Amino acid sequence: MSLVEPKNTTGLPLDLPVEELVVVPRRRYGIWIGIAIAMLFAFFIGKAFATNPAFDWGTAANYLFHPSIMRGLGKTLLLTVVIMAAAIVIGTIIAIMRVSPSAVLQTFASAYVWFFRGVPALIQLIFWFNLSLLFRTASLSIPGVGTIFSVNTNDFMTPFVSAVVALSLCEAGYLAEIIRAGIKSVPHGQFEAASGLGMSYRQILRRIILPQAMRFIVPPTGNEAISLLKMTSLVTFIAVDDLFYTAQSIYARTFETIPLLIVVAFWYLFVVTVMSIGQHFLERYYGRSDRRQENPLIRLLQSLLGSRKGSVQS
Amino acid sequence: MTSQAESRARFGVPADAMVFARSVRKSYGSLDVLKGIDLIVPKGSVACIIGPSGSGKSTFLRCINHLEQLTGGVLLVDGEFVGYDLRDGKLYEVKDSLLCKRRADIGMVFQSFNLFSHMTVMENLIEAPTRVRGMSVAEAKASAEVLLARVGLSDKAGRYPRELSGGQQQRVAIARALAMNPKVLLFDEPTSALDPELVGEVLQVMRDLAESGMTMVVVTHEIGFAREVGDDLIFMDEGVIVERGEPREVIANPQSARTREFLSRVL
Ligand SMILES: Nc1ncnc2c1ncn2[C@@H]1O[C@H](COP(=O)(O)OP(=O)(O)OP(=O)(O)O)[C@@H](O)[C@H]1O
Ligand SMILES: [Mg+2]
Repeated sequence: MSLVEPKNTTGLPLDLPVEELVVVPRRRYGIWIGIAIAMLFAFFIGKAFATNPAFDWGTAANYLFHPSIMRGLGKTLLLTVVIMAAAIVIGTIIAIMRVSPSAVLQTFASAYVWFFRGVPALIQLIFWFNLSLLFRTASLSIPGVGTIFSVNTNDFMTPFVSAVVALSLCEAGYLAEIIRAGIKSVPHGQFEAASGLGMSYRQILRRIILPQAMRFIVPPTGNEAISLLKMTSLVTFIAVDDLFYTAQSIYARTFETIPLLIVVAFWYLFVVTVMSIGQHFLERYYGRSDRRQENPLIRLLQSLLGSRKGSVQS
Repeated sequence: MTSQAESRARFGVPADAMVFARSVRKSYGSLDVLKGIDLIVPKGSVACIIGPSGSGKSTFLRCINHLEQLTGGVLLVDGEFVGYDLRDGKLYEVKDSLLCKRRADIGMVFQSFNLFSHMTVMENLIEAPTRVRGMSVAEAKASAEVLLARVGLSDKAGRYPRELSGGQQQRVAIARALAMNPKVLLFDEPTSALDPELVGEVLQVMRDLAESGMTMVVVTHEIGFAREVGDDLIFMDEGVIVERGEPREVIANPQSARTREFLSRVL
């Protein structure tokens, strides 16, 4: 290594006092006024929550780990997991049908999305719950062979099963669109290169297209999972004993409505927070082939606080 | 009689023809892109295709490995239809698994590299050998290392494509195609997306390949490469082969006015 004498090319003396200059930031009055107003609001809201006896924080705290609340929370989590898993499977199948070369499959898949996204979830839920009104029995019979099995619809369409079926079908409609958009976002050249190497359609989807589509699928799917968690509170209408239903049945007896709603809100917020952290790590995993130098803490905070910046990396 | 033998006999395919094209036509709706291409690429030779944009060069390459289906004509690779079997004078579309097997014998290198961006260089190289050819991972890795050394990228095995320069990516793409041990390699403007100073390294790899006896069909704008390495120079325009011959001969002494005009623009 040879050190090169810096050469003065400006024609000015070299010893001008550059480092001694002080930077005076621009005055940002707007921001200070904004902060003052926000703090004022925070103060009044906080005061109202803390001092209004209707909130009854003590009662809320007592119910926080109440066994029935815990059971309800468990049911809510179970519903979310089962429905999400089923919806991912159905949604993937529908999305693959939508990008398939077959016009029949495409049309079927579009019709599916149109219907299950179009009808409100609550109506679908109550519809499935009342399925037995339409079909008293479900049976499989083959002409010439006879009936293989026959069951009473009410026996297997329990409230829980209706909830799972209805909300999975509905959620799958949303996920299908997310997955399709993800598949479409993978450049066509990837498909061609893989076909050129002799990979089959299935292999290309599974090994090349879907893994790359994941980067685009995971962030909105995380959002879907979070909204599904909250959507499961609809099952209260068909008497599935989830978190919200349990709280309702308690305050119907004790009239401690607000404290129990606080308990419910707390648990939903808690689970959403945990899910956001999980989503953050999933995103990191699927974005590993194009990771930039970045501060993981800042990214975690961003994804917790809902900033979508940087979650869809190009 | 096997499909291969029947095809050879029926169309009079020379024994040494790797690619055999006879009146190859391709249209998209009412747009005729290829209007009757006749071409033989002998085994071990390098055919360079030049021509203006939109003349159908890429389309022809894509027909060779059946990424596009012909509208008419006959296209055989090593005496065999890629997407069909000829039996008793009829063409039967082959099963997907057989089509994949035959495609695996035809390597393709793209202008935009098309490396699998979620996989490391090594994963790119062993994906098809293990999944399509059923090679063991250890075996595939061993031969991938040899190939990486051959394209001068042994130290990049663990890198992701976006961490490589364009020239390096294209060399990996060539190695990936070679990993399938293809009978013939198709190149679609392999250096057109590269910065000028990176073109040389890719052309060098291709030159070495040609010397090793690989059969190559190269669509290119690098007239120098065509002159030096090519055994044949083919000038295409508006879906037909306008001129074909020994590269030095064609470049020095083009017979058709269209060839002359095109060469005067690119030289
Ligand atoms: N999938 C397609 N559908 C419709 N038209 C197409 C399709 N692919 C190619 N074409 C048309 O076929 C013609 C030939 O295209 P091709 O890509 O083969 O040209 P090329 O000679 O490779 O040109 P370039 O030098 O620009 O790559 C063009 O007019 C193009 O618009
Ligand atoms: Mg082209």
